[in-house]
Amino acid sequence: MSALLTQALHAALVVLLAPLLLGWVRWVKARLLGRRGASPLQPWRDLRKLLRKRPLVAEHATVLTRATPYAALAATLLAALLVPGLAAGMALAPLADLLFLVALFAVARVALALAGWDAGNGFGAMGAGREMAFAPFAESALLVALLSLALLAGGTNLDAMASLFREGGQGLRVSLLFALLALLAVAIAENARIPVDNPATHLELTMVHEAMILEASGRHLALWEMGAALKLLAWMALLLAIFLPAGMAPAGAGPLAWGWGALAWVAKLALLGAALAVFESAIAKMRVFRVPEFLGGALLLALLAAALLFVSTGLA
Amino acid sequence: MVFGQLPYDVAHLLGGLMLLCAFALLAQRRLEAVVKALAAQGVVLGLAALWQGWVQAAPQLYLTGLIAIAAKGVLIPLVLGRMLRALPPGARQEDAPVAPSLLLALVLVGLALLVALPITAGSRALLRMDLAIALSLLLLGLVMMGTRRLALSQVAGLMAVENGVLLAAIGVAGMPFLVEISTAGLVLTVGLLAGVLARGIQGHDTGLLDRHRGG
Repeated sequence: MSALLTQALHAALVVLLAPLLLGWVRWVKARLLGRRGASPLQPWRDLRKLLRKRPLVAEHATVLTRATPYAALAATLLAALLVPGLAAGMALAPLADLLFLVALFAVARVALALAGWDAGNGFGAMGAGREMAFAPFAESALLVALLSLALLAGGTNLDAMASLFREGGQGLRVSLLFALLALLAVAIAENARIPVDNPATHLELTMVHEAMILEASGRHLALWEMGAALKLLAWMALLLAIFLPAGMAPAGAGPLAWGWGALAWVAKLALLGAALAVFESAIAKMRVFRVPEFLGGALLLALLAAALLFVSTGLA
Repeated sequence: MVFGQLPYDVAHLLGGLMLLCAFALLAQRRLEAVVKALAAQGVVLGLAALWQGWVQAAPQLYLTGLIAIAAKGVLIPLVLGRMLRALPPGARQEDAPVAPSLLLALVLVGLALLVALPITAGSRALLRMDLAIALSLLLLGLVMMGTRRLALSQVAGLMAVENGVLLAAIGVAGMPFLVEISTAGLVLTVGLLAGVLARGIQGHDTGLLDRHRGG
């Protein structure tokens, strides 16, 4: 029963918070740049406006253009629901396998690339091509980093991992540091943030994510925007669940613990969002041909984490 | 000492940070960034020495650590940074094969771990890990020296090698002449740097030497 309740609470929070988090990041970034910035509620207002509008579909678009927004949103939403946030032991916890999460992100990515390709727009195909070119680097780095974490935790279940790490069962390991850096790099690339992609512009020759949804409009655009917001939230929640699970309510705890867990989770997300805004303000976008190098560095760090982990487990 | 004990964990973390700095060093194309990565490595080395001094209750290690932080973390980077700022922007970077050298470095780290761990079997875990990381640092410094053409980058590689040697030395409890060794290494690198600086950095593309090769 408590598993179902926490899952429902988590789901409500995820849907409510995802656009707010995006708005929060944009607001902090605007303040850092000396602008007043739109209210953090702005993404919600945009979504409400877009949802009321009919999508305008290109003449040559196939059924893919209509179907992919729903597929991508469903995959991303499921991923966001699986990552534990306010409490461990949610109803979907047995499903929260790290490899499954990677697969869900991959489904969303393929749907997005197909949508970019479908209308035959040059920009969309270019964005999709770039996205697919970066994917092997990002996904291999992600998998290697996650597997070294799984070696530490003794399994790929994220829920069990978060519970173990909350109790400090892993000690202070250098592999964790390398895995964290690799995951941060992948998270930046996956969410199309600076320095890999610029989320704030539409007309730039180096854009990736925005290029693919250039054709989308109305309801479909709302779904894509919501998907991007959910993805950012899911990634931040993933990082928090692994590296900063403090404050999460243990499985089977009472409603009071859930409340505290939710508060702690929201606070941690706000902090991470502010950190992202600071990072994005401080760094310049890199050339698109440098991105594979950036992600290759992430893969290298992940491999290093795995190598050092094998050594230290052989020692201890 | 095993995992879960603070002395081991912190020493391990600092060693890992040094390795990270070495990889950061290899990934740089701009000379200013090379100097910064080297400075970071020097500071981490100093911290590792201070930590070992505390763990081993060896006061001479405090001296080594303070020298490392002051010289490698602050003074040398300051001087080099000032020299670099005087150069035109085009001369402050080099076209280095970053991706292949990083791959080579990764393979060498694996090799160092494979070599260092069996031959130290039976020693304390802390020493074994330190030696493995130190050997990796040494090889990474050699990669830096081997893949770069500008003299300053090659000296940076040599300093990375020296940092690796020092890390190995501070990990050995009761190592004699530690302060002397670290100072001698420092004098060597400072001498080399002075040689580079005396003739001006810009003339020091070792590619110029190619035409003097026989054959």
